Amino acid sequence: MGWDNRIMALLQISEPGQSPNPHERRIAVGIDLGTTHSLVAAVRSGVAECLPDDAGKVILPSAVRYLGDGSRQIGAEALAAQAIDPENTIVSVKRFMGRALADIANRDKLPYEFEDTPGMLSLATRHGLKSPVEVSAEILATLRFRAEDSFADDVFGAVITVPAYFDDAQRQATKDAAQLAGLNVLRLINEPTAAAIAYGLDNASEGLYAVYDLGGGTFDISLLRLTRGVFEVVATGGDAALGGDDFDRLLADWALTQAALSISTAHDKRAVLVAARAAKEALSSVDSIALHAALDVGALNVIVSRAQFELLAEPLIGKTLTATRRVLRDAKVKVDDVQGTVMVGGSTRMLAVRAAVGALFGREVLTNLNPDEVVALGAAIQANQLAGNAADGDILLLDVIPLSLGLETMGGLVERVIERNATIPVAQAQDFTTFKDGQTALAVHVLQGERELVSECRSLARFELRGIPPMVAGAARIRVTFQVDADGLLSVSAREMISGVEASIQVKPSYGLSDNAIADMLKDGFASAEGDMQARKLREARVDAERMILATRSALAADGDLLDVDQTAVIESLLTALAATAQDEDANAMDAAVEALAAGTESFAAERMNRGIQRALTGLSVDQI
Amino acid sequence: MRLDDDDFSLFGLPQRQAQDRAEIDARWKALQALVHPDKFAAEGAAAQRLAMQWAVRVNEAQQRLRDPLLRAAYLCELRGAPLQASENTRMPVNFLIEQMAWREAMDEAEGEGSVQAIDDEVASREAALLAEVQALLDDHNDADAAAEQVRALMFIARFRQDIDKRLDKFDGLGQ
Repeated sequence: MGWDNRIMALLQISEPGQSPNPHERRIAVGIDLGTTHSLVAAVRSGVAECLPDDAGKVILPSAVRYLGDGSRQIGAEALAAQAIDPENTIVSVKRFMGRALADIANRDKLPYEFEDTPGMLSLATRHGLKSPVEVSAEILATLRFRAEDSFADDVFGAVITVPAYFDDAQRQATKDAAQLAGLNVLRLINEPTAAAIAYGLDNASEGLYAVYDLGGGTFDISLLRLTRGVFEVVATGGDAALGGDDFDRLLADWALTQAALSISTAHDKRAVLVAARAAKEALSSVDSIALHAALDVGALNVIVSRAQFELLAEPLIGKTLTATRRVLRDAKVKVDDVQGTVMVGGSTRMLAVRAAVGALFGREVLTNLNPDEVVALGAAIQANQLAGNAADGDILLLDVIPLSLGLETMGGLVERVIERNATIPVAQAQDFTTFKDGQTALAVHVLQGERELVSECRSLARFELRGIPPMVAGAARIRVTFQVDADGLLSVSAREMISGVEASIQVKPSYGLSDNAIADMLKDGFASAEGDMQARKLREARVDAERMILATRSALAADGDLLDVDQTAVIESLLTALAATAQDEDANAMDAAVEALAAGTESFAAERMNRGIQRALTGLSVDQI
Repeated sequence: MRLDDDDFSLFGLPQRQAQDRAEIDARWKALQALVHPDKFAAEGAAAQRLAMQWAVRVNEAQQRLRDPLLRAAYLCELRGAPLQASENTRMPVNFLIEQMAWREAMDEAEGEGSVQAIDDEVASREAALLAEVQALLDDHNDADAAAEQVRALMFIARFRQDIDKRLDKFDGLGQ
C-alpha cells in the first residue's frame, strides 16, 4: 500500500468526531448572513439544499422593520416598507456590524439616525436604540425557526459565513448576533471558501481557482488550491466596504444630478436608492431603462443607458481588479496559473463585472452555480461534517487570516506579529520587558491592518498585563502569545518567563458589545420563540443529557484503560448523578449535571485525543521507511 | 511523535536542506487532516484546545520548511550554528560592494523593465547562493559556513522585498 492509501486508512480509523449512534444525527445548518439576502441550508439525504419558507422561497431579504405596535417584521414584508418607513426599516445592516460611526462612509446618504455609541454604532428606531448585532440576530433567529420547522426538531448548531475580509471586530459581532439568536456557532467560515466547497464538490474540480465574491456590501477575492477534499486558501483580499449598495449610490447620485434635484428627507434618501437598484438590475438585460421615483422634492425620471451605468461603475470595478492583482502577487502566481474563476454574489450578475474579470484572467468566468445560494450550500456541507454526520468524504478547510496583526511600538508605529495570508490556526509570541525598576504592569495595543501607522490600522484591543513580579528594569521577559483560531478570532495569553507567572490580562476590546449588554438583551426576551420556551428548554436539556451519557460510555469502552480505578469511579458517579436528573423535569439541574460531567471528563478527553493523534502519527512515520 | 519534535521529525522528512516542496505540502495536508480543530468539533473544549496546539505547531513547521531560506536558517540552528543575525552584522567586502551596486542601480532605474532586470539579476544570485548553502549543509555538513551564507541571503531577501514594493507601484498596487 502506498503512503497515500495508508493515510486514508488511518483517517478512517480515527474519527473521534463521529457520532457513535447513526440515529443520533444532529441537525446542523449553514447560514449565509448576507448584506442583501440571507439563506439557511442543510444536508438532507446526502444532498445540500436551501430550506424554503412557508411560501416556498429560499431567500430571506436581510431587512428588519420595527413597527408602531411593538412588533417586528423580518424579510420581504419589511423590505416592501423600506421607502415608506425608512428610519425604522433597517436594510444592509451587515455594513454596520463591528463598525464605529466614523467607519461608515457616505452615511449622510442613508436614511438612518445613527448614534455614536462606544464600540459599535447604534440605530435610533421607534423601538429605541438598536445595535447592528440585535438587528442581525432577528434575521438569524428567523432562519433558525425556519430550519426547526423544516426538521420538526431543534438545531444543534450552525456554520455561519462571513466575508473573508471581515476583521476581528466584524467576526465577533457576527458571533454575538448568533448567540442572541439562540444559535450554537460551530464555526465561522469565509464566504469564498464556502462557495469553493459547493463548487469543488459539485464539479469534482482540482487545481488553482479564484473566487470573486461581490455581494451587496462586501467584496472578497480568494485564491484556493483544491485537491481531493482539501480546500487550501493560498491568499485572500478584498474590501469589506464595497458592494452592490455602492453601485446603487453612484447611480442615484448621478440621476439626481441629471434631474438637478437635491434631497434631504429620509424617505427620499431610501426611495432614490431603491429606484437606482431596480434600474441597475434591469440594465443586466436591457440596454436602457427609466429610473423613476416619486420623491418628496418632486418626480424623478431619468433615462439611463447601460453604457452610462458602466461608466459610473468603472472605478468601483477597478478597485476590485486592483485587489485581485494584489492577491495574485501575494500568492506569487500569474493569471495563467488560475484554472477558473468562480463568480459569487448577486452583484456578479452585472455584465460589466463579468466582462472585466474575464478580461483580467483571459478566460470566461464560471457562473454555473446559483450565485445567491452557493455560499449557504457550502456552509451546510461543512456544518454537516462538524456535527459529526459525515461518514466519509470528509473535507478539510485550510483558511488564512486576511489582515496582518501587529503591536503598537514607539512613535505610533505598528510592528507586525502575524502576516496576512498566514494559515490559521496560527500563533506567534513576542517578548517584552520592563523599562522601570519594579514595574509590575505593561500596556499592549493590538492592531489589524497593512499600514505602518497606528492611526491607519484598526485597533483591536488594549491589554494590560498585571502581576509581573517586581524586578530591575529590563530583567523581566514577558512572552505575549497571539493566537488566531479557525474562526479568524484573536486571543492573547501572557507569561513572565523568568518567574513563570501567568500574567493576568485585562482585555478591553475597542469595539463590540460587552458581556453585560448581551446578557441584558437576552433578558429582555429578545427574539422569544413562539411556543413554549420552558418545554423547549427541557427537551434540549434531556437530549444533551442523553447524548453526553452515550458519548461518555463509548469513550470509557474504547479508552477506559487510560484511567486508573479512582478516576473511573469519579466519572461513574458523575454519570449516575446525570442519569438521575434525566428522570426529573428540572432542565437547570440537568444542564448543571451535564456541565459537571463535561468538566470531570475534560482531561480524559484530552488523553483520548492525544492517543488518537499519536497512533495516527506513528502509523505515518512507519510508512516512510 | 511529540509537539516539541523538530519540524523535520514532525513531518517525517529527512533532516536536510534539499526537499521536495510538493512532498512538504502533501505531508502538511495529511497532518492537518488529523489534528485540525474541525475534526474535534463535537469533542468538547479540552480536545479542541489540544487540537489547536497541534494544528498551530503543524502550520508553524510548514511555514518554516517550505521556504528555503527559513529552512536553511532552521537547519543551522539545529546543527549548533544559530544565525544570531542581530549580533553578526559583519559581511564580506565583496558582498557589500555588490549590494551597493544593486542599490545604486535601483535608484537610477526608471521604467518597470529596468527594475525587473535588476530583480532577475538578484534572483539568480539568490538561487546560486541557495545552491551553495545546500551543498554546505547536505554534502559538507558545515553549518558554520552555511550560517554565514544564510545571513547574506537574508540581506538579499530584504532587498528583494524592496524591489517588490517598487514593482507593486508599476502595477498600481503601491500603498
